[in-house]
Amino acid sequence: MMDSRLNRTLCLTLIGVALFVSLLPIALAVMNALKTTVEISTNPLAPPVQFQWQNFSSAWKNAALGPSLLHSAQVTGLTIVLVCLTAAPCAYALARQQGRGFRFLTFYFMASITVPVQLYLYPLYFIFAKLGLVNSIPAVALIYTAMFSPFSIFLLRTYVLAIPVALEEAAEVDGATAWQKFFYVILPMMRPGLLTVAIIVGLNTWNEFVIAVTFLQNNDNVTAVVKFYNLTGQYSTDWGELLAAAVIIVLPVVLVFVLLQRRFIDGMTAGAVKS
Amino acid sequence: MWMFALPALLINVCIILIPALLTLAGAFFLWDGIGTPVWAGLANFQALFADPVFWSALANNFIWTAIFLVVPTCMALIMAATLMMVPHSRIVVQSIIFLPRILAAAITGRIFQGMIFSPATGLVGWLNGFGLSIADPLADPDRSLYAVAAVDIWHWWGFLAVVYFAAMRQISIDQIEAARLDGAGFFALLRYVLLPGIRPTLVLMMILTVIWSFQVFEFIYIVTQGGPAYGSEVLATLAYRQAFFANDVGKATAAACVMSLFGLAATSLYLWLQIRDGARAA
Repeated sequence: MMDSRLNRTLCLTLIGVALFVSLLPIALAVMNALKTTVEISTNPLAPPVQFQWQNFSSAWKNAALGPSLLHSAQVTGLTIVLVCLTAAPCAYALARQQGRGFRFLTFYFMASITVPVQLYLYPLYFIFAKLGLVNSIPAVALIYTAMFSPFSIFLLRTYVLAIPVALEEAAEVDGATAWQKFFYVILPMMRPGLLTVAIIVGLNTWNEFVIAVTFLQNNDNVTAVVKFYNLTGQYSTDWGELLAAAVIIVLPVVLVFVLLQRRFIDGMTAGAVKS
Repeated sequence: MWMFALPALLINVCIILIPALLTLAGAFFLWDGIGTPVWAGLANFQALFADPVFWSALANNFIWTAIFLVVPTCMALIMAATLMMVPHSRIVVQSIIFLPRILAAAITGRIFQGMIFSPATGLVGWLNGFGLSIADPLADPDRSLYAVAAVDIWHWWGFLAVVYFAAMRQISIDQIEAARLDGAGFFALLRYVLLPGIRPTLVLMMILTVIWSFQVFEFIYIVTQGGPAYGSEVLATLAYRQAFFANDVGKATAAACVMSLFGLAATSLYLWLQIRDGARAA
């Protein structure tokens, strides 16, 4: 009994420490977003004396966050659509076809997951520069589609594998073509998978840094995350305003996370846990 | 059926495969990104190996790998085992430790710079107010790599804990109960039941850790840009600097090839382990 009480105390202490470590930087950021610069440098750990809501309005104005959030939304939306359009039929083909060619294709997509960005970044940049595709939001969405579709294909493939072949055979008897089977039988049953893919691809795109900072270079197309990164050169002393900008950029992501956390966590940890 | 796979394949080949092959080829040409590439043989690799920064960057990649194989893994395993012990509020705890993973690296990096490491506005400065004298770790070439690693660990470990916890939940309850009835404490349970039970997941995450550690870029580029005095430079930041700031694309692609080699080695090790385990199970 003594031992189990000790274990319990140990567990609760560990959980307490973990929660504190995870939340401290976030809490500091949110709290200091509501303070003046003088208050922050006097004591970063003190709660705000008076909420400085104007940090948010000036961050919005000075940093031109509106347009950059719109660019982020455009890239994210376009990438989600492109990934779903291309990965869903591909997942169907890989799940149902057993031939040597398709086995090789499976291997190819698997391999492309582990390829580092650095291995294709440099030629890609100079090719895009030649083609006039640098500073183009659709071009960046296309790069993200290539980066995030292999993982999406494998996630969707597991959904297809769970659909009984008998359903397709029934449709076949009724004279359905391959595309009809895909649209009327497979796609509706894949919907939860597509939602998971949309969430994860959306998160990755919204937060992505390397491609965005390399391919989107001016204020007419820069994403919110890169805009925030560029700001620090100019404003690095004005932490109140800077943190307010951070909170604005992170807020949509956190809201979606809070609403759909189970799907977030299950989708992102899938693949790693094999049963 | 090939039509179904074609769009995804086409995009992947154009964006990833062809440029990746060009990188491999580019490592053997001298190119500034504008003019005509000139055949260089092994000159790029010779220039790279003659550069002391390359060797310190490579060493930093190894240090990074070692840190990430040990620190987040231990934190995550202990946390996952802890969650196995408590029957309630698991979902809330999981969500909170997962939260850092969904924040953008650029934002997390800046928050740590301003709120944790800064001697003027951060936790370090606050502690110094009590008579401690901790210098800004990001301004110290000997400590900057560890400071950035701390940021990345904060971002990463909770996700890893959730992964290991999900794997541990697949272990049969009977096995865990039997061990507890035999009087196994926290660490005995972890060592003899939970760890062996999640071995496939553990191996996969370790291999991925090695692969990612040789590609690490984001947090280092955002927080220190590889500095100060190349103190936190890794192969990826070195390559990026060569390509876009020193206009030496040849050297950048050579560095990219070297870092990919380590990823390839880790992938091969994984495939070898899979085949070996498959043979043993058969």
